Parts: sequence; C-alpha cells; structure tokens
Amino acid sequence: MNPATPAPRENQGAPLERVDARLKVTGEARYAADIAVANLAYGVLVTSTVARGAVSELSLEAARATPGVLDIVSYDDVRELRKPTFGMGSYTSLGPLHERRIFHDGQIMALVVAETYQAAEEAAASVTARYAQEPASAELDSPGTEELDAAGKVAMLKKDPASGDFEQAYQAAPVRIDAEYRTPTQTHNPIELFSTTAVWSDGQLTVYEPTQSVYGFRSEIAKQLNLDLAQVRVVSPYVGGSFGSKGPLTPRTAIVALAARRLGRPVRCVVSRAQGFTTQPYRAPTRHHIRLGATRDGTISAFSHEAWELTSRLDNYAVAGTKTTTRLYGYGAVASKVRIVRADRQTPAFMRSPPELPYVFPLETALDELAYALGMDPLDLRLKNDSQREPIEGKPFSSRHLKECYEEGAAAFRWRERNPRPASMREGDWLIGFGCATAVYPTNVAAAAARVRLAADGTVRVQSASHEIGTGIRTVAGQMAAERLGVPLAAVSVEMGDTNLPPAPTSGGSNSTASVCSAVLKACDQVRARLFQAASAAKSGPLAGRDVSRMTLRDGTVLAGDGASQPLQQVLGASGAGAIEEYAEFVPSGAPVDAMQKLYRGQTTMVRSEERPAVSFAFGAEFVEVRIHARTREIRVPRLLGAFAAGRIMNTRTARSQLMGGMIFGMSSALLESTELDPRSARIVNADLQDYLVPVNADTGTVEVIMLSETDTSVNPAGVKGLGELGDVGTNAALANAVFHATGKRLRNLPIRLEDLLGGDSAA
Amino acid sequence: MQPFEYRRAPTLDAALAEARAAATAYIAGGTNLVDYMTLGVLRPQTLVDINHLPQSYAQIDASETRLRLGALVRMSQAEEHPLIRERYPLIRDTLLLAASRQIRNMASLGGNLLQQTRCEYFRGRGFACNRREPGSGCAALEGVNRPHAVLGTSESCIATYPGDFAQALIALDATVEIAGGRGAPRRVPFASLHRLPGDTPHIQHSLAPGELITYIDVPAGPWTRRSRYVKVRDRESYEFALASAAVALQLEGEMVREARVALGGVATVPWRAREAEEVLRGAVLDESLAQRAAAAAFAAAAPRGHNAFKIPLGRETLVRALLEARSMSA
Ligand SMILES: Cc1cc2nc3c(=O)[nH]c(=O)nc-3n(C[C@H](O)[C@H](O)[C@H](O)COP(=O)(O)OP(=O)(O)OC[C@H]3O[C@@H](n4cnc5c(N)ncnc54)[C@H](O)[C@@H]3O)c2cc1C
Ligand code: SF4
Repeated sequence: MNPATPAPRENQGAPLERVDARLKVTGEARYAADIAVANLAYGVLVTSTVARGAVSELSLEAARATPGVLDIVSYDDVRELRKPTFGMGSYTSLGPLHERRIFHDGQIMALVVAETYQAAEEAAASVTARYAQEPASAELDSPGTEELDAAGKVAMLKKDPASGDFEQAYQAAPVRIDAEYRTPTQTHNPIELFSTTAVWSDGQLTVYEPTQSVYGFRSEIAKQLNLDLAQVRVVSPYVGGSFGSKGPLTPRTAIVALAARRLGRPVRCVVSRAQGFTTQPYRAPTRHHIRLGATRDGTISAFSHEAWELTSRLDNYAVAGTKTTTRLYGYGAVASKVRIVRADRQTPAFMRSPPELPYVFPLETALDELAYALGMDPLDLRLKNDSQREPIEGKPFSSRHLKECYEEGAAAFRWRERNPRPASMREGDWLIGFGCATAVYPTNVAAAAARVRLAADGTVRVQSASHEIGTGIRTVAGQMAAERLGVPLAAVSVEMGDTNLPPAPTSGGSNSTASVCSAVLKACDQVRARLFQAASAAKSGPLAGRDVSRMTLRDGTVLAGDGASQPLQQVLGASGAGAIEEYAEFVPSGAPVDAMQKLYRGQTTMVRSEERPAVSFAFGAEFVEVRIHARTREIRVPRLLGAFAAGRIMNTRTARSQLMGGMIFGMSSALLESTELDPRSARIVNADLQDYLVPVNADTGTVEVIMLSETDTSVNPAGVKGLGELGDVGTNAALANAVFHATGKRLRNLPIRLEDLLGGDSAA
Repeated sequence: MQPFEYRRAPTLDAALAEARAAATAYIAGGTNLVDYMTLGVLRPQTLVDINHLPQSYAQIDASETRLRLGALVRMSQAEEHPLIRERYPLIRDTLLLAASRQIRNMASLGGNLLQQTRCEYFRGRGFACNRREPGSGCAALEGVNRPHAVLGTSESCIATYPGDFAQALIALDATVEIAGGRGAPRRVPFASLHRLPGDTPHIQHSLAPGELITYIDVPAGPWTRRSRYVKVRDRESYEFALASAAVALQLEGEMVREARVALGGVATVPWRAREAEEVLRGAVLDESLAQRAAAAAFAAAAPRGHNAFKIPLGRETLVRALLEARSMSA
C-alpha cells in the first residue's frame, strides 16, 4: 500500500488526492504576489538597524535621486492612517511611521516605491539613518525588562488554572522533580514570502496578500485607512505556508495601500526574507519551572507549571499553555502561573500550536525525568496517570483515547524492545535512543458560512472564504460536499480566500475543517432538502410523491429508500431549475448569538475546549528514535512515529500529510530552529535560511502516522477535532527524552545541538 | 542590487582583457557571486562571464600520476568522474558533501575555491564588518559566533573559510595555474592562494586584480587512495561544516608512513594541520595516536564564546577521519 494513502478506518474519509495537487506541482496555483496586475509599481521597505531609540534623521535624498523611484512614504506621510490596535486583527499596536521611536530591530522606517523592484531595492539600500540609540533589552533574562503576571492582562488567560493545595501535596510527595526548561525564539519562515499588493479603483481598495483571515484583514485594513468595509476586498487564493504568521495584519499593509493611493497606481511590496524576521511576528522565547510530586507507584499527586513568556513593550501577548498542561493528566493538586516579560522586541504572535508546543515540552520532559526517578517505563507512567476527567474543574473529556494511541503506537514502534538504561543501545559508532511523549491539542470551533450550488449538470460549487494554507481545506470541504451531494469530488469546485465569498473564521487554532465543513454540511443538507422536495413534488417520475425524509443521495442518484431512484440531473431537469443554491451559517453551540455578525465584521469567535461542558482535545502518542554519533555527536532522527485520535478524519491522505508535517515541524523546532539575537545590539543575526535551519529531506527518516478511529459528534456536526497543530506537539519532548536515553544527558533547553553533548575531551 | 554590465568572454585573452577595467568580477556558476551582489555586499560594475571559454577549461584530465582539473569543471562533473572516485575519494567526498546537487550542477571548481565566507555579519544589514568595510570593526568577535573559526583568526576577523573542496586540495599539495599579467601563466601552490585575515581581512587571496584561475593540478601520491573526508554539521545535508577533516594516509602495516591532514569549518583559510602530520608520521595509528595528533592540530586554537565547542568537536572529527581512513581498503 502507498503510505501516502492510508486505508480509512471507521469514521475516516477516503484518501482522495488534493483538488489542487496538479496546480501546485505545475506552478499553476497563483499566490498573492503572482497575480498579474497592470501598471504595477514596486515597493521595498527600509527598516531600522537599531533595536531601541529614536530616529533623529532619515536621509532619503539618494533614494529619491535613484532612477525609477516614484515615491517614498515615511514619517509625516501617514496622517491619513489610523494606528493599529493590538488584538486578533492586528498583531501589534505599533504604527511604525506614526512616531520616530524604534521599539524593535528592523522596524519599518519607510517604503520606497519605484518602477521596478530592482530600482526600489537599490534606492532603499541607499537610505541612511541617524539614531538616538538606547541600550535594548531583548531576551527573557536581560536586565531592563519588565515582568508582569499574565492572568487578566492577556487575551488568552483570565485566571491561572489551579486546583487543591499544591505546596502541601508537593512537600508530602516521596518522589519529586523540580527543573527549569527553555524554548527559543522561532520565526515562522513560510517559504512564500510576505507580500502586499494594493489596487485602488474608484475608491475601492483590493488587497492581494497571503493571509489566514481575509475577513479579519478586511476589517483591520478598513479601520486603519478609514474606509467602509464595503470599500475593501481582500484576495488570498493560495497561501504558501503560514504557521500563524499570516493570521493577524501587520502595519505594512496599510502603508502599501496608502502608497498606492498617493501614487494613483497599484503597488506591490514583497518583503525580503531578512525583513520577514523583523516586520512580522514570531514565536516568543519561554522559560518554565516545573515541579512534579508522585507516590512510589507512579501516581502524580502534585503538579506546578510556572512560565515566563517574552512580549513587546507595547502589547501584552501570551499564549498561556498552562490551560492545556494543567488538564492533561489526572494530577492531584495543581498550581500554575504565567508571567510576561516586556522587552525591546516586536510583539510575538501565534506560531503553529502556539501554547502547546512550548508548554508541553517541559511537562513531557519532566514526566520522563519522573519515570526515571521512579524506575518506571515512561510510557507506563503516562498510562498510570491517564484520566477521563480533567483535574481543574473536574469536567469529563468529550472523548479521550490517549491510552489507545500509546498502545498502538508502542506496538508499531516496537517500544518495548528498548533497553530502559540510558546509553545502553548502540549500533557501530551510533548511540541509539528512544523517547516518547504525548501530543495534545484543544478542539476549537467557530462560526462559519458557506454557499453551495448544485447545477443541473451535476457539478457543485462550494464557496467559503476560508484559506488554503497548505492544509488541504479545499479538498476536504469539497469532499464533504461530494459526499453529501452524492457526486464525485472531480465534479466539485471550491472557491476560497476572497471577501466576496461568505465568511469563514481565521484559519488558526486548527478550527477550519471543523467549522467550514460544518457549514458546508449544513448548506449541502439544505440543497438536498430542496432537491428531495423537487423529486417528490414532481407530477410524474419515479420519485413523485415519495416521502422526502427517507430519501438519500448516492452516486449522482436520488434514492427513495424503497428501491426507486432517479438520477439527480433528471430531478433537476424535471423541476425546471437551473441550479439549486443554498447559503448556510453554522454557529457552534456555546458561541455568542452575534457570532455570525462578528464574523462578517472580521472577528472570529472561537469556542474553546475548556469553555464547554465536556472539554475536548485531540490526543496522540509520539515516539522518536535518535542516533547520535559516539564521537562527533551529530543528532540524527531515523524514525518518528505518531498515533493520533482526532475525531473524524475527513481524508486520510491530507490528514496524514498534516500530522507527518507536524512531526517534522516538531523535530525541527527541537533540533534546529532558533532565531539568534546579537547580544550587544539586540538585533537578529541569522535572518535568513542559511543559518535559520530547518530540516532538509536527508534529515527526515521514516515518519509513520497512525490514525485511530474515533467518533465524537459532540464536538461539532462534522465530528472533526482538528489536527493541523496536533502532530508538532510533544515531538520536542519525545526527542529530548530520546537524547537522554541515548546518552544519559538530560537537556532542558531547546534547540538541542551537538555541542550540548560534547562532554569532556573524549566522547567515545 | 546596483546596476552592472555583463560581458561574455569567448577566449581567455578576451576575458583577461575585459577584466583589466576596475571593479570587474569574473562570473562562473554565479552561485556565490550573485548571492552577495543581491545583498549589496559585492558591487562589481562589470561581470565577465567565463562560462564560454574554450572547452579545455572545463575538462578533467586524469592519469596514473596526476589529476588536472579545469577551473570551469562543475562540481557535479568532478564528483562523478570514475577515476576521481577510485583514486581520490577525498576529493570526491568534499564535493559530494557540499551544497546540493542543483548548486553543484552550476558551481565551478574555480569559483568554489574563491567563495566568500558565510559569516552572518558579513552579509550586511548594518553590522560592523572589517571584511566588508575595512576599519568598521568586527561584530562577530563579541557576537553570535557559533559558526566562526578557532584557527588562523585575528583581532580583525574570525570568519570561517566555508569550502570543503579546498581542504582536499591543501591536504594533497595541489597547485593552481593562474593566467593574467603578460607572460606565461604562473603556477602557485594551492596553500599560498588564500591569505590569513591578519589586519587586512578584506584581502582574501593572493590573486592580482584580473587574474584568472585556469587549472588545478593534484599530484597522485601513495596516500591519495586511502583518503577520507568527514564533515560534521547540524543537518545531514545542505549545510556548511561545523568541523571537517580531510585525511590522506600511507600506511605500512599499522604504521603511518605519510599523512596529510587538513581541517575545515574551524579555520579562516583552508587549513593544513602539519603539526598533526608530524605526530602521525612514523607511529602506529591507534586511538591514542589519533588523539595526540588531534590535540596537536588544535593546540593553537583560540575560542571566542559560542564557538568554543569547535575545539573538542574539531579534535573528534579529526580522530574519526583518521580511524575511518585507517580502516579503508586501499
Ligand atoms: C546554498 C548553498 C550551499 C552551499 N554549500 C556549500 C558547502 O557545503 N560546501 C562548499 O564547499 N560550498 C558550498 N557552497 C558554495 C558553492 O560551492 C560555491 O558557491 C560555488 O562553488 C561557487 O562556484 P561558482 O562557479 O558558482 O562561482 P561564482 O559565484 O561564479 O564565483 C565565485 C567567486 O569566484 C570568482 N571566480 C570564479 N571563477 C574564477 C576563476 N576561474 N578565476 C578567478 N576567479 C574566479 C568570482 O569572481 C567570484 O568572486 C554552497 C553554496 C550555496 C549557494
Ligand atoms: S568575522 Fe570577519 S567577516 Fe565576520 S564580521 Fe568579523 S570581520 Fe566581518
């Protein structure tokens, strides 16, 4: 069998090919900056070379004199723009051209617009600045930062989760773990560069930009440019990777739109790789203090998770993953606290599994340490503390098959063949280590709208302004329609990524498949109802007068349930209708009544796992094999294996691809990715893909994905939990645990690098 | 990018004549030069394209006693040559483990030797760099210097020479043939092509302006078959060396008759470790001898913060290369 097309188990959809696979491999898929626009001018950003201070002089003369330069937008030119407000719509409250203060490295100081990209770039490079520079504090431990309790100050955390008397339980525990962990700054670096193309026509603005939220962008752009929503259209047909970086708007977009308006000509600005590191958000570095207490049989009696996250001076942002870690196992007493550290950096934002990836790492590493302290198999320790209720409010999980994931994963990985003693397994010059950890991701769902049209020729069109960021959402939304309307996927076309379509939520928090497919499902059911009605209401024909409630649709045929049937083209033909088109709004239970109106205004109201009567999460068990050269200590990862239970799997091919990509992303996050700051200037040094490393094919060995069958219709009508951000959670801990198993060295700071393992003079 | 002129040279004489003008650069594969032009770090006014010189400069001439490589031979062309694979495994490995196949299809051997450092601060973006802007200072000294050199450094520059192929050439006593000036081409030992940074890190090699590398000659020695390259890096592929070792050995039983050792990823120029060779010569090659040779190779190493690990790593890399070369069947 082809591993890319896993055979569907129960409640899993067929591994159909992506509807846009051919377009993508042939380069026919058009990304925002590929869209042909007549009479384009090109914009290039000028960014600061200090991280803190004020711009005392910006010399633009040479730039203005460069042949081909049309305009420069800088300080004093943005009176028409409103400063952004920090929130889901805009990642920062910084209006970089509204004041001459510099809050972070690489802050926008000007936009140079020219006839060609090359001229704009040459001119931008000629701009020089004088600064009143101030020392910048840009790391978690830098002196001069400001530390605050996060609860109540950040959107993601109202109150630090806690339960029982942690201190007492911890002191009483016979076996204890107390350790600190760190994760680094990371930059999303989607391969598609960030870009904005702004086109004005009769007071109407069209923005082509890669985004995870066309409606969110629209309302933020309208706000900053003082326009009505109806005056702005945002188009983002395909997105070349995103990982959260294209969720909120950045200040560049309004500046480019302003430049296009001043010039009376469309402007396109493609941001360089280096500038992408500083003009877009990033994953903040985190520090964690974990304490675990357990009885000798491995029952955890106390768990405390304290964390520190970096944010900017301007905006209080935190991901606060304690909401997940404090609910992951049946601990006894629980304490937690999140703090933010305000520093001279741009504001961070979501990066794939924003809370879970950095917060599950310390917990799942500490569990491995606890297992060793107890002399217990790390897998058994997790099973021992598995629970069907979360410990904070005592709510049940809507479904939880973590144990089954561990069992099936361990068998496939041959985990039990592992010699538990550290540094005990070896092949030739390579030390071998196995590690495991839990993957977890909350099930989020949001209001969404969709329009579905069934034409008389049996073709179907699905419209919803979701975003194809590489997840396969076009395919699964099409598949949902094909399934409900009984037509082949090839007969379905899916339109997304445009504010002219019915709104869909931000493609974040792994909610899209659940939300959009639920809306598509609803619209399809409305189409079916009308179709069945037409069949039944016909004066003649095989289905005339039949009971619509017993009708079904399969393979292009309406079935009456008693053997009678009629091809759907005939049903439509007989009814005289050219097409049946239905618009549906899906509003999940627990959402505010005005969720749909908010969505039209660009605001996604996510119903989060912990807000429901039963909390819901997708789970997985991940296993990693590392091989470490006994002498030179390169760390290689020949095997990654994950077994996941994530509700209904719409398409086993695209789901596997997401989970596999997730695990590779997790490995990369653990071993390679780190945005490095120059210690003196607080500026990013490795702002390119030469030294910001991500894995290449040779780093990726066997990646095995097992998808357990799980049915949970309580989460949403589609029964989907979402898995785009599940696979990358826990991989880092499983890897660090495998490194410990291979070498006996416990590493608590990411990324793990070979120098961390070069102990003493002779490593062999 | 600053505008530039492009000239295609059909003959060697034409190339040399074009390159007499100021601010000219030869372009071969362009895989290094164009990168730095787009960054604005290199700003030639004229590019002289040497890809259309006569075929002889793109040929490999291999015999029992010597190997002659045209400067325009592509890296992938050399790595596939059966005689190189058989008789000069070291050369083949330095090519095979470099860059990616796509880049190696474009990249010439001549251009490879003269590739620029990968120091992040050298890439511009407002950082001080003596190599890019003489006298501006060196941001790497107290900066993020994990990839930087521990051997051959100066107070002006600690940038690593990034190439792999050069380590094979310096180990195997290669010479380069250089055209330019008036008379016949001159021949210089490869070891004298690159210059230590000293207090002039912006001068990286001993070519006069307009001089062109035409050929690389590698003598065959009794050690070339038992030769090995070990390259250590974070990624399995597509990354420059954190440390590498090029080793060629002539053994008599267990005893080392001749040894050639070069180190990559740890030094500012292609680095011949003669101190290690001294230790090896005439002694029985075992773990302890290899360790002593490695210690000698790094005796003068000077760490700078993040790159301190390169000293133990470089030593272990050399030990590994020596022991792996010992067990080759040659
Ligand atoms: C992503 C990437 C990864 C890489 N990884 C590695 C690696 O792991 N190991 C490694 O060794 N290399 C690596 N390289 C470097 C690569 O090998 C060099 O870029 C390549 O060999 C340069 O050859 P070229 O013909 O393209 O040179 P060009 O870019 O054309 O020229 C480079 C320089 O040499 C000069 N020049 C070229 N030919 C001559 C000549 N005959 N005489 C005089 N001057 C000349 C040019 O003027 C220019 O200054 C990598 C490069 C890239 C882009
Ligand atoms: S090490 Fe050399 S190349 Fe790097 S910044 Fe210093 S002077 Fe420049």
